[in-house]
Amino acid sequence: MNMLQTLWHYAPLLLSGAGVTLWTWLLGSVLGLAIGASVALLRRLPVRPLQWVLRIYIEIIRGTPFLLQLFLLYSGGPSIGIRLSALTAGVVCLGVHAGAYFAEVFRAGFEGLPKGQIEAASSFGMTSFQILYRISLPTMLVAIFPSIVSILISLSKETVILSIITVPNLMYQVQSMTVETYSAFSGIAALAVFYWVFVECVARFSALIEYRLTLFARRDSAEVRA
Amino acid sequence: MNKVPKIAIRDVCKRFGTLTVLDGVSLDVHQSEVVCLIGASGSGKSTLLRCINFLEAYDAGEIRIDGHLMGYVDAAQKQRRPMSDRMLRQARRDIGFVFQQFNLWPHMSVIQNVMEPLLRVRGLSAEVAVKRGEVALDRVGLTDKRNSYPLRLSGGQQQRVAIARALAMEPSLMLFDEPTSSLDPELVGEVLQVMKGLAAEGMTMVVVTHEMGFAAHVADRVAFLDRGRIIDVGPSQQVLHESKEARVQQFLQTYHDRTNF
Ligand SMILES: Nc1ncnc2c1ncn2[C@@H]1O[C@H](COP(=O)(O)OP(=O)(O)OP(=O)(O)O)[C@@H](O)[C@H]1O
Ligand SMILES: [Mg+2]
Repeated sequence: MNMLQTLWHYAPLLLSGAGVTLWTWLLGSVLGLAIGASVALLRRLPVRPLQWVLRIYIEIIRGTPFLLQLFLLYSGGPSIGIRLSALTAGVVCLGVHAGAYFAEVFRAGFEGLPKGQIEAASSFGMTSFQILYRISLPTMLVAIFPSIVSILISLSKETVILSIITVPNLMYQVQSMTVETYSAFSGIAALAVFYWVFVECVARFSALIEYRLTLFARRDSAEVRA
Repeated sequence: MNKVPKIAIRDVCKRFGTLTVLDGVSLDVHQSEVVCLIGASGSGKSTLLRCINFLEAYDAGEIRIDGHLMGYVDAAQKQRRPMSDRMLRQARRDIGFVFQQFNLWPHMSVIQNVMEPLLRVRGLSAEVAVKRGEVALDRVGLTDKRNSYPLRLSGGQQQRVAIARALAMEPSLMLFDEPTSSLDPELVGEVLQVMKGLAAEGMTMVVVTHEMGFAAHVADRVAFLDRGRIIDVGPSQQVLHESKEARVQQFLQTYHDRTNF
């Protein structure tokens, strides 16, 4: 079989693998964003022991390879009573991993908030919660959006590693295809094309959103409608 | 004038760490009065103004607005504790504060900026808030900019929007902290014009400013702060031209030397 025939033959398998990859990435991202936002918010509470725990979480996750974290959860987990399916372990690990990076980005976002805008809001008698969701979060989102996107893109590449714990993603399917057909190049080509298109889509889409988000800061563009 | 003053400041002290910034300040501001606070940089003008709406918590003394103690539960000095957030928010919404740096919300258009406090704090419906917002923008002459984003406006226009945003809340008192100090000289006039209009309509105003012209012609009284104390206060002409305090004379002399080239 030539390369195209091989790929055609394995297309259903590869597509299902691609689906799993996208799915784990999406779930991992959402989980990571939730964890990151929560950790960043909790870090603002003046509770010392909590600060330490969160600090350690961030340091450990950012200081060790993703592969190690994955093994620890999936293979080491059962010995402390955490038994997860490969898919669940993979998603949880992606989320916990990205969460540490998101937490740092959110923290920087909070610290970079212009104090005056918040002061203005409280001078009118807005509540802390109103200030958070009407003023702080939108302003922060604009500022940290590019960093969020770059974490999302790195995360898309970490998904490859889930194949090691038998999550049937694209990498996993490519490996089985390679083993069965001895056609290493087809697999590499499939992976390369997929990740290139994937990352390109995320980047393009993000650029579009970023353009919308920062419209207000552009002096040249047309007026908006209220 | 034997009514309760609009603002009654009594022996107010404020420290930042070991630095005493306000050292026993007392001042009454009456209904419809315009009082300018002047003084050298670091003398505590902003701190005093910020204590009035409790953006800064004063350590000792009292600030009363319409007779109500600001920021603390009204009790004997020793056991006083800060008032609840709810009470503080309630007290603040009738006080407009205009900042040197405008502090508009850049992600909202001009009309959205003006409407925001009306929607969140006054709980008005969108239709009513839009109408009120438009009236406020009309007062500062910026109806045509209603849909622009703040960053696309000049500094003077931004400050007028900030004033409109405060006015839309229909405050009974307005505090200004150097509202023209970060503006290019040719934009100062348009902002002062708006403030003059407010003064003429009887708004009670406390204005920290380096615009001696405004102090001389618009203010009813001027208070001079020096190292956390008010060392001279009185009708503006008296303080600006006939003060017996050496510090005041020296400050004004420096000002004249600078503005007359
Ligand atoms: N949050 C703060 N923490 C510590 N020190 C502060 C704080 N705010 C003000 N200060 C200090 O208090 C003193 C008075 O400051 P304030 O801003 O009230 O002066 P000002 O009269 O408004 O001066 P300027 O004309 O420069 O605005 C200054 O020495 C300043 O450094
Ligand atoms: Mg100041």
